[in-house]
Amino acid sequence: MTYALRITWLYPRLMNIYGDRGNVRTLEQRCRWRGIDATVASVGIGDDLTAGDTDIYFFGGGQDREQIAVADDLQGAKGDAIRRDIAQDAAALTVCGGYQLFGEFYRPYSSDDLPGITVFDAWSDAGQDRFIGNVLSETEWGTLVGFENHSGRTFLRDGTKPFGRVVVGHGNNGQDGTEGATTRNAYGCYLHGSVLPKNPVFADHLIGLALRRRYGQDVALTPLDDAVEHRAHEAAAIRARQTR
Amino acid sequence: MPAPDLRLVAALAAAKSTYRATRLLGKSGGTALPGFVAERIDPAIIRKIAARLPQGAIVVAGTNGKTTTARLLSAMLAAGGLRVRNNRAGSNLSRGIASTFARESGIGGHPRADVAVLETDEAAFPAIVAAVRPRMVILNNLFRDQLDRYGELHTIATKWSDALATLPEGATLVYDADDPTLCALAQRAPASVVRVPFGLGTHPYALAELSHAADAALCTKCGTLLAYHQLSVGHLGDWYCPTGDNTRPPLAFRADAITLHGIDGASSTITYSGDHSDDAADAPLPLTTLLPGLYNVYYSLAAAAAARTFGIQPAAIAAAAARFVAPFGRVERVTVRGRRLTLALIKNPTGANEVVRLLLTAPPAPLLICINDLTADGRDVSWLWDTDFELLADYPAPVLVSGIRAADMAVRLKYAGVPDAHITVVPEIADALVAVAERADAGGDAFVIPTYTAMLAAREALYKLGALQNVWDTAEDAPPHVAKNGTKSGKVKRGIGFGALGTLGVAAMQCIRRAKR
Repeated sequence: MTYALRITWLYPRLMNIYGDRGNVRTLEQRCRWRGIDATVASVGIGDDLTAGDTDIYFFGGGQDREQIAVADDLQGAKGDAIRRDIAQDAAALTVCGGYQLFGEFYRPYSSDDLPGITVFDAWSDAGQDRFIGNVLSETEWGTLVGFENHSGRTFLRDGTKPFGRVVVGHGNNGQDGTEGATTRNAYGCYLHGSVLPKNPVFADHLIGLALRRRYGQDVALTPLDDAVEHRAHEAAAIRARQTR
Repeated sequence: MPAPDLRLVAALAAAKSTYRATRLLGKSGGTALPGFVAERIDPAIIRKIAARLPQGAIVVAGTNGKTTTARLLSAMLAAGGLRVRNNRAGSNLSRGIASTFARESGIGGHPRADVAVLETDEAAFPAIVAAVRPRMVILNNLFRDQLDRYGELHTIATKWSDALATLPEGATLVYDADDPTLCALAQRAPASVVRVPFGLGTHPYALAELSHAADAALCTKCGTLLAYHQLSVGHLGDWYCPTGDNTRPPLAFRADAITLHGIDGASSTITYSGDHSDDAADAPLPLTTLLPGLYNVYYSLAAAAAARTFGIQPAAIAAAAARFVAPFGRVERVTVRGRRLTLALIKNPTGANEVVRLLLTAPPAPLLICINDLTADGRDVSWLWDTDFELLADYPAPVLVSGIRAADMAVRLKYAGVPDAHITVVPEIADALVAVAERADAGGDAFVIPTYTAMLAAREALYKLGALQNVWDTAEDAPPHVAKNGTKSGKVKRGIGFGALGTLGVAAMQCIRRAKR
């Protein structure tokens, strides 16, 4: 049978500056190469979002000003729909600004809190300086490689599971060694790079989660030749240790 | 005669001897160290020397095109009979400017030039403007660039706006009105600033839609997403707000009849309006350059608008433009193993998109992409994913990747849809240059698009291959119109002389310090 997956890309026009598009491209291509019919729907400010229409959410990082407009748009019906989907095991990958808005709130340095949609029991505030550099994060899907660039510090509430532990880099807050957060099938992290192209095992994990939820059973993924991806992963890991 | 400024004299002497020493030791470039030394001794060196320039200073800023614009404008001013000084590519921070000033001034601090044309990067712009108090500022564009280095766009725009507020009375602001962000900055500039907006007339090379990397511009009056009568490069174009409350301002200089000649150049006709329009000399000015691509049409227009506003005659402007060769790696041609290599620097998504767009107008040829992740390149290679390498999905010629982040680039191309079999990874840039040349037909073309430090590495390799006369040749070290001074032995003698002066200078500085205590 032919499988199909629906990817919803949250605010691609506004949350688009740190190369996070590569994650959507990776999900799309890895599906296509396996004959899985993946479609990508972009959702922007003012657009409708209906619960039940999405198998995988993607939400990337953006500039501070854009993040304010996006936070406002997520409150109400849109945020409710996303929360409902996540509660019913839709998969999600959120990065940087998107990750922060999937938490409870973001507290800027000198203005009002930006409300989040509380998929993750975590909150963020603005730090004095930016965390900028290569990152290695140890996760259940191996060591992820990426690049962080954020002034926000994220703190996980008790009982919230980190996505990974930093080996190189700062991660959530530069203090507790945690990187990102995860709940059900939703993941948040600070890894640009983009993160999925050089971490194909985790990319396939997301695709697998989405297929299981959509079709009610595990769907075996056709293996792909990932030699190019693995070489880039290795090179990036070496680079991260060199530049730490 | 005013008393000599001892601190300045000491700073200059020390900088000059440092410069000579780096040259004698064969160190490449020498663009920053003399300035560093000079600024340590006299932090006001830039301001003091700029104030002594008879025709003042011109500052050129913008994410993309500042080097090309600054060099082309310098050539036009030189063609008009002015003695011009530039800071050098890659040294557009204050210490680079201090180096240039120190090198190009007499030991008393009198500049051997009429006017300085200084390029500055986004971050250094406010400090440079404050230091040199320019007579003219040219703003090219504001795109996202190296977020790890420069920060986000709004942050930069705010700092620029603050800097423009400090411009001297009667200063001229030449700016690209096709960039809505710059128009907003120009609007907020003090009333005493003379505004010279430029932009493109109707042309056949418009984009169908904003690329992913383009920063969606919002109307500064009502926040609505702006629309375009014509979209040219990134978010640059003939913009308007759909609500009707804001639009591109009337242009003082407009490029019409734009014709692109593949990778070989471009031509246009520049028309003026406003103050100059009653002058018989201000008939439409045909401009033909060896600078290819629509993005370069913007930079030639910027330079021509600035030169004309500065009072240079149209014939001199056209003549300088016609013989101008692109600076250091901004579309440069060299011969390797009997093949013509065209090198074009890529720095950020919008710039890289334009370079890829340009290559696709030429007959397909083997392509080498070199990606480094050193500080000058941006340590974050995420921008590769914002660049539309999808344009290369059906590229009919081989694609090679090299540099520190060659493996990242290979993955990027794979996901862009380039077949695995077409992609070759050659980690060392020197090897990759030979490999890409050898894949071209004898006598044919190949393309090389490197990031900044990959370009430096490529030039070094090309020098060793005998394809370049000098790694730091005229394009980098001194523009062609700046006379090269002295023979080798003369340099050595002067080096020794300046070394002695430098020692004196440092001694003088110590005296000043002691006197102060």
